[in-house]
Amino acid sequence: MSDITELLPCPAPVQLLAADGTAVDPGEQAHARGYVMPAPEELLAVWRAMVVGRRFDAQATALTKQGRLAVYPSSRGQDACQVAPVLALTEQDWLFPTYRDSMALVTHGIDPVEVLTLLRGDWHCGYDPRATRTAPQCTPLATQAVHAAGAAHGLTRRGTDGIALCLIGDGATSEGDFHEGLNFAAVFEAPAVFLVQNNKYAISVPLAKQTKAPSLAYKGVGYGVRSEQVDGNDPAAMLAVMRQAYAHARSGHGPVLVEAHTYRMEAHTNADDATRYRTADEVDRWTGQDPIVRLQAYLVEQGHLDDARIQEVRDEADALAADLRTRMNAEPTVEPLELFDHVYARPTPQLLEQREMVRSELDSHVTQQEMESAR
Amino acid sequence: MSPTTYAKALNTALRDALTEDPDVLVLGEDVGALGGVFRITDGLTRDFGEDRCVDTPLAEAGIAGFAVGLAMQGFRPVVEMQFDAFGYPAFEQVVSHIAKMRNRTRGALPMPITIRIPYAGGIGGVEHHCDSSEGYYVHTPGLHVVTPTTPADAYSLLRESIASDDPVVFMEPKSQYYAKAEIELPTRTEPIGQAVVRREGADVTLITYGPQVAAALKAAEVAAAEEDWDVEVVDLRSLVPFDDATVEASVRRTGRAVVLAEAQGFAGMGAEIAARVQERCFHSLAAPVLRVTGLDIPYPPPKLEHTHLPGIDRVLDTIARLQWDDEPDLTHAPDEQEVSA
Repeated sequence: MSDITELLPCPAPVQLLAADGTAVDPGEQAHARGYVMPAPEELLAVWRAMVVGRRFDAQATALTKQGRLAVYPSSRGQDACQVAPVLALTEQDWLFPTYRDSMALVTHGIDPVEVLTLLRGDWHCGYDPRATRTAPQCTPLATQAVHAAGAAHGLTRRGTDGIALCLIGDGATSEGDFHEGLNFAAVFEAPAVFLVQNNKYAISVPLAKQTKAPSLAYKGVGYGVRSEQVDGNDPAAMLAVMRQAYAHARSGHGPVLVEAHTYRMEAHTNADDATRYRTADEVDRWTGQDPIVRLQAYLVEQGHLDDARIQEVRDEADALAADLRTRMNAEPTVEPLELFDHVYARPTPQLLEQREMVRSELDSHVTQQEMESAR
Repeated sequence: MSPTTYAKALNTALRDALTEDPDVLVLGEDVGALGGVFRITDGLTRDFGEDRCVDTPLAEAGIAGFAVGLAMQGFRPVVEMQFDAFGYPAFEQVVSHIAKMRNRTRGALPMPITIRIPYAGGIGGVEHHCDSSEGYYVHTPGLHVVTPTTPADAYSLLRESIASDDPVVFMEPKSQYYAKAEIELPTRTEPIGQAVVRREGADVTLITYGPQVAAALKAAEVAAAEEDWDVEVVDLRSLVPFDDATVEASVRRTGRAVVLAEAQGFAGMGAEIAARVQERCFHSLAAPVLRVTGLDIPYPPPKLEHTHLPGIDRVLDTIARLQWDDEPDLTHAPDEQEVSA
């Protein structure tokens, strides 16, 4: 049995940078856990990925307005949660994202067009999960928590020291699979790290109606899982806390649950009207907590960043957005017969009959088009 | 040869699979020291270690979802759901992830998972221990669903299921666990997707599977002895894929068909079979395809289960409703070319 004090999160969310970008002392327990200010080059990498990620997010939102995406759940405001944990992964680790974690996938190096495949309606998963060590974006809530526990256990059994990072929202912590995932990971001492991005709303339902827990981080303690809470809009703290969580899991001490306190600046998706359930005052308060502004102020103040470099990265982000726009404006190629290709390794005779029916429908459709164009 | 029970055949299949392939893992509640509530995993933890035959926390969604993660790392998990109705908490993991992962990822993440479910009744079990839950699984694309009824099939189909790159819902009729046969293991029977004729007959085809195969064979004996009806019994063995060819050939020959299933009848596997037979054999049929099924009620308490279960008398009464004295006129059955013309 672990000592409960080792499991308990810090009394307040860990913070290394104040909202104005000045460094702050994270406190005694945070010191004891090794949360120190990351090196300047690490923070510069996080800052750059956030600038690029936010530009991608804005472009994806614009593509939705043009009807190029069926739906897009923005993660603007959660940039530090999306970027820092992914940059701290190694090549052995696996990522288990949800539909909102597109920025995390772009940071992970997946082609933005492939990231948007699910939301574009082209196919369900646009990237190769094995090659990218990334599970498909999960739409059912929290079901990927048990997958991450199983995959983490599998990585250990394979003799690697890889970990599984599972991204979860605050609403998903109410689902049974979240609890089963934590419990399985704990019992098997699996190297899984669960990051709850507490963005304060599950579509329209506020956290107060989701849980009575004083912090979602406490949910790990009952399972014997080390738990932590962190300022999710502080990129430096995010990187420091996640890195320590990975080290803990990687060294065989079992899973970690991290709650990042953050805020979703946009609505749940473009289909949602956030003014129905939250106030402009609240949104303004969080605008003052912007993770990019915060880290940029710190890096400029410390002399690690200047206007020329800022402009350079902005240009890089614009170029990525322009390329994404061009490629997304081309109609994707869809192949109806592929519908039958991946249902089974060994398709049933019934499925092969249906494939034949669709094939002949397609053939006659083509013939009809040929006749019309010949007229 | 020595008599082998259905339960022992399953145990041997798991044992042989664990021996031959280090990526095979057995997971479930009570599968370790206890050997499972039906002792199907008896001795596996002792012989292969608790890393290969793994006692898990009591959480079915967790068990199924954990298997998904292991399958992503190349393992071949065999999970036990203990009882039919205990599998419902895992339903989302089974239908949304195990069944769909291959398709979602365009073949990149296969799910070679076998989900063993002891199912159906006739054993005097209390509520939630006797459901015929196959209908929920057969309705889900991406799953194979098999249900062996003999010790030889139990061994062979379980080995094939574990080796399959597709997820298989492996439904074990509890009433057959102690059925015996003189067989030598290992053995190989017909593959998944192929039905077998368990008893040949000329007058009517009785199409059945799982827990009702034994009842069908008894009913056929009684029909032959008392009514002089020659009943052919087809054991489907595999519900998905479905063997239309064997069923169709039999019904075209006999001209009459009865579907026998223990599950509730409404919108169930029996309805699917009856519809398929009617669509394919209409011109050969001398009578409508009839169904004999369980009642459309929640599984009853043990003292009333005999009222719910189909039973030999209900089967015989249904066969009698096929207007026995009128021989079907098969001469008017057109061949396939005429139908398509």
